[in-house]
Amino acid sequence: MSVMTAQQIVEAALAASTVDGQVVYVVDSSEANLRWASNSLTTNGAMRSRQVVVISFVDGGAGMAAGTVARTGTPDVAELVAASEQAARDAGPAEDAMPLIGDVPAGSGEWDAEPATTSIEVFREFAPALGQAFGAAGARDELLFGFAEHQMATTYVGTSTGLRLRHDQPTGRVELNGKSRDFARSVWAGVGTRDFSDVSIEALAAEVEQKLAWSQRRVDLPAGRYETLLPPSTVSDLLIYAYWTMEARDADEGRNVYAKTGGGNRIGERICALPLTLRSDPDEPGLECSPFQVVGGSSGMASVFDNGMATPAIDWISGGVLTNLIRPRAWALQQTAPATAALDNLVLEDPTSTVTTEEMIASTERGLLLTTLWYVREVDPQSLLLTGLTRDGVFLIEDGEVTGAVNNFRFNESPVSLLGRATQASRTERTLPREWNDFFTRAAMPMLRVPDFNMSSVSPAS
Amino acid sequence: MAEPRSVDESFLALPLSALTEAALTRAVDLGCEHADIRVERIRTQTIRLRDARVEAAADGEDLGLAVRVVHEGTWGFAAGVVLTAAEAVRLAEEAVVVAQVSAAVNTDRVELAPEPVYPDAEWVSAYEIDPFAVPEAEKTGLMVELSERLLAADGVEHVQSDVMAVKEQKWYADTAGTRTRQQRVRIHPTFTALTVDRSTGAFESMRTLAPPAGRGWEYLTGSTWNWGAELAEIPELLREKTKAPSVEPGRYDLVVDPSNLFLTIHESIGHATELDRALGYEAAYAGTSFATVEKLGSLQYGSPLMNVTGDRTAEHGLSTVGYDDEGVAGQQWDIVKDGVLVGYQIDRNMARLQGMGRSNGCAFADSAAHVPVQRMANVSLQPDPDGPSTEELIAGVDRGVYVVGDKSWSIDMQRYNFQFTGQRFYKIEGGKLAGQLKDVAYQATTTDFWGSMSRVGGPETYVLGGAFNCGKAQPGQVAPVSHGCPSALFENTTILNTVQEGGQ
Repeated sequence: MSVMTAQQIVEAALAASTVDGQVVYVVDSSEANLRWASNSLTTNGAMRSRQVVVISFVDGGAGMAAGTVARTGTPDVAELVAASEQAARDAGPAEDAMPLIGDVPAGSGEWDAEPATTSIEVFREFAPALGQAFGAAGARDELLFGFAEHQMATTYVGTSTGLRLRHDQPTGRVELNGKSRDFARSVWAGVGTRDFSDVSIEALAAEVEQKLAWSQRRVDLPAGRYETLLPPSTVSDLLIYAYWTMEARDADEGRNVYAKTGGGNRIGERICALPLTLRSDPDEPGLECSPFQVVGGSSGMASVFDNGMATPAIDWISGGVLTNLIRPRAWALQQTAPATAALDNLVLEDPTSTVTTEEMIASTERGLLLTTLWYVREVDPQSLLLTGLTRDGVFLIEDGEVTGAVNNFRFNESPVSLLGRATQASRTERTLPREWNDFFTRAAMPMLRVPDFNMSSVSPAS
Repeated sequence: MAEPRSVDESFLALPLSALTEAALTRAVDLGCEHADIRVERIRTQTIRLRDARVEAAADGEDLGLAVRVVHEGTWGFAAGVVLTAAEAVRLAEEAVVVAQVSAAVNTDRVELAPEPVYPDAEWVSAYEIDPFAVPEAEKTGLMVELSERLLAADGVEHVQSDVMAVKEQKWYADTAGTRTRQQRVRIHPTFTALTVDRSTGAFESMRTLAPPAGRGWEYLTGSTWNWGAELAEIPELLREKTKAPSVEPGRYDLVVDPSNLFLTIHESIGHATELDRALGYEAAYAGTSFATVEKLGSLQYGSPLMNVTGDRTAEHGLSTVGYDDEGVAGQQWDIVKDGVLVGYQIDRNMARLQGMGRSNGCAFADSAAHVPVQRMANVSLQPDPDGPSTEELIAGVDRGVYVVGDKSWSIDMQRYNFQFTGQRFYKIEGGKLAGQLKDVAYQATTTDFWGSMSRVGGPETYVLGGAFNCGKAQPGQVAPVSHGCPSALFENTTILNTVQEGGQ
């Protein structure tokens, strides 16, 4: 049996189309992973997959309708196309209907090339180094837990309007969690990577060792509002949620935190005390992501009609002022506002800042230094109040130095409110979101100083 | 009664035996102590509507195969999507290479607890109408009609609705000789009404309470759930909520409805009694558990009225199976008995490691692309056989809050400190409901909360709730699970005002 290439599937699907338009994309992906607990392997894997997605567009007279059918493996292309055409006929006219994109976006890759791949071999050198870290941790009566994963996904997009786009997306992450043997002390270090060439397990293990040492002295503190240093990972988890909520239509309809009282949205409003910029850029060094849209199903955030739309660099917040929300073309047309799309990376920066995270710690008289956040969930969409836990290291800073580890807390805070209250930001650095790294790994953030972070209650968890 | 079903011919027509023979023979030749193969086909359909218009209609199918081996005491796993004997052989070989690379970090020798061999087993879940056999136009039409009904009501400005249907087909075979083929169906329709007050910027929403169920399309068209009645009452409930007073934070007696309590059970009992968490396998991700192994048989989890079971057998349960993903038959067992921790959810390797005898069948992988890990059984709180109705529970409370429907949830990594909101909260005064409250969340520590359970509702209050989207493991896996429970009374629980929490 000869297996078709992704490009051949795209052409075959487009050739089989009998309706008014079609978008087809094939994602060829491969991945390898290792997982460990208590200084030993728990699970592993090497996976390959192919997903074929056909979106058909049918003009039923009352407007254009869309239907999506997705299959893995080696589907019968003619059957897939017919099923998506039937789904479109059954769906009824789409509110987000627009002419399909015909302009070629900048930065789309080499169409004819083979897909990029990865395999378990990516860990040939990493695994023995990790084994050595296990030995060293064990000798200190410490345990290491964590996960390393490398994925390659090559997406080929074809449209009935003539687009042939390709994008290679490498994604890698390593999380290292260290604990004392009784689990009472627990700390974390993590990094995102494109190819593991820049991952040093020794450096991560050293960070874990230092934080476990910081945790030797335990300080119990009650719930309350504290001056708090939010390191880049925690800022990313809070800001990613704020980003995922940046739907223009919801705001225009009065139903998210970016809605303006009295109607309209908050674009143009200063929402940060500092001159912060929140932005996405497909060419951000080290955080490169797709320069065009790939959408399987429409929502208020994205439209299947916008497949192939260029997603150039964009500021969501500029100089502390809300400047853009996420707006598919159809809603943009209705609102006479620019069409925008969410990208797969996020950068927050204070262009005026030159301080390092170490300098922010050193200049703190008394405050809390967090490590990561966990179980972040929305409590009140109107203020975007989120709840969650501090995790793997809440450190007490006294007179510019870490003097011990504090109990964990449940927090209730809104990232939008925090942007309005943050009084200092460090230089921006690449970071791995702890809570959301299953879905989002490409982030660069500063540390933020918040004078009154709301620790709602104590969590006895470690 | 529905006819007894069998697994769809179109799945059985796949080359299951040839793939099995190819993979397992190669694995044995390469010296594996154990090998298993899974072939899975998962159909998923989502119809999503915004203001009663179809926003997205997506039909997905995930078909793949996976080989898992134990080679010289180390796991190896490989997965692919090409269903040929050559690919099955390649996956067996790749799984062995994965085991060899991983051996550098493995110190625990993998062994599996024994399980009887089931050489030719078939199991199909209880449903009447296969959602994938219903014409798309009929499904879309019904969703539009129900959504329009809600949108037409006074005060309802927006309606968000969706239905997700899944059909899961699974072939499992191992070197011990077990061969199982299974099929199950599940469905989750939701409708949410939203109202906006532009002058104040306030908005509120109200969602249907109908839980996801291991049922077919008949869940939307039959008499299991009264959709008409629920959709008819939502606009008035929403209107009442928008006008409700903001809650005074403090301590209250809570009567918690099953539509909310199922999720508290999920987070504070379901996850806390997963043995892999107690042993630290999830320590860097989902977390650990306060309910550690040395406390088995002695930990006072809650009040003596608390009896919790785990099962993979409840009819229409989302975690219900005939056999798990290691070939272990579905079972039911005690987790908490008279308030004391007496059991865990386990798989074959952990059962062996901990000397717990036979696995209770909690291995699950969410697709062929992922390795099976210990996942949640249906974990359910048993009703008091002579217990009160929900009205009687409320009648016994002088100053309290009645909590209905789940909304947001969060719990710490050791399953101590949790915070939940809900769809609606009613003030209880002198044994009677005294209108809704808004801006409410409840917050507690697991053992304090279950220790404060002073009355448990009777069997007539019992509802099987659940969720499609329980997350665990790295790479992340999503599992469906049900939780049955009665209404129950929890004394002196902390209620927060979420607006005050936000500092406003």
